[in-house]
Amino acid sequence: MARAAVLGRLAWQFGTLAEVVQETPRVSSLYLDVPDWQGHLAGQHVDVRLTADDGYQAERSYSIASAPDDPRLALTVERLDDGEVSPYLVGELRVGDRLELRGPIGGFFVWRGEDDRPLLLIAGGSGVVPLMAMLRHRANVESTVPARLLFSSRTQADVIYRDELSRLGAAGDGLTVFHALTREKPAGWSGYTRRIDEAMLKEVAWPIQESPAVFICGPTPFVEAASQLLVAMGYEPRSIKTERFGATGGTA
Amino acid sequence: MNSESHNHARLAATTQVEEARLDGNAIGGLLREIFAVEMTAAVGTCAFCGAVNEVGRVQVYVRAPGTVVRCPECEQVLMKIVRGGGRYWVDMTGVRCLEFSEA
Repeated sequence: MARAAVLGRLAWQFGTLAEVVQETPRVSSLYLDVPDWQGHLAGQHVDVRLTADDGYQAERSYSIASAPDDPRLALTVERLDDGEVSPYLVGELRVGDRLELRGPIGGFFVWRGEDDRPLLLIAGGSGVVPLMAMLRHRANVESTVPARLLFSSRTQADVIYRDELSRLGAAGDGLTVFHALTREKPAGWSGYTRRIDEAMLKEVAWPIQESPAVFICGPTPFVEAASQLLVAMGYEPRSIKTERFGATGGTA
Repeated sequence: MNSESHNHARLAATTQVEEARLDGNAIGGLLREIFAVEMTAAVGTCAFCGAVNEVGRVQVYVRAPGTVVRCPECEQVLMKIVRGGGRYWVDMTGVRCLEFSEA
């Protein structure tokens, strides 16, 4: 084992589904017990592999939703109707079932609790998942770096982690959560009701001179639009880290 | 094909290419198989334009027979990776230098 660790080999291993939490009609969090899990950093992902009876395999990447200091590994998965993997994970996988995965993966799109820069997180849809790991970690380590999350969802019902985000934002530890809805303008809604634009970023983003750390995650067009807006506003491109996911949600 | 539908076809193709574009984070697992260490924070130099970027920032297309990695600045091909039949083919013509941590 020690030699394997030195060589950095990333082995496939099995986790057991311990709990499912439905976040929205299309999105569920899977809480897994993974023996010998080596720990992870906020923002990393795992590869999940399904094997059919005939040997056919499908691999997908899913961001880790749990903080490094949480007791269980959590993945939050959006069910894509034409997907090969997500309809199985959200709908067929039952508590007690085993799931093959490898990880943690990634060292670029990660936030460490000792980072003292103001934090700007921008999420489109299920792109909130790795950013949630960062916010959970920030709360666990009692970091008080000022943090803002701008979270764009289609409708109010599609807002992932809505209650938890509301609790975290009310904790008084320097986190403010801003919501934007792109396909609905519910009565009594106090957040934005449009796509992310420069005026919105001017209201939400930390001033450039405060040198914020910026993490943006979501579908490719969302991520590229948000990062291009920030760069055009003068934010240092190297301070902006992005993670795109494709229309299929799959990367393998 | 008249020019209008031709333009529509081109627009649709462009949109599909944009939606298919991922970034280096998506191949963290694949690169770890090949290099045996974490690679998304590795720093690569483009052999065409000299741009220096972390692997997490490069453009990645996975909807091809293999994985195609492009420079985020000049869009030239940095790497092509094909995996199959228990073997890897790794073309790194477009990478002048790749710097990464041994741990």
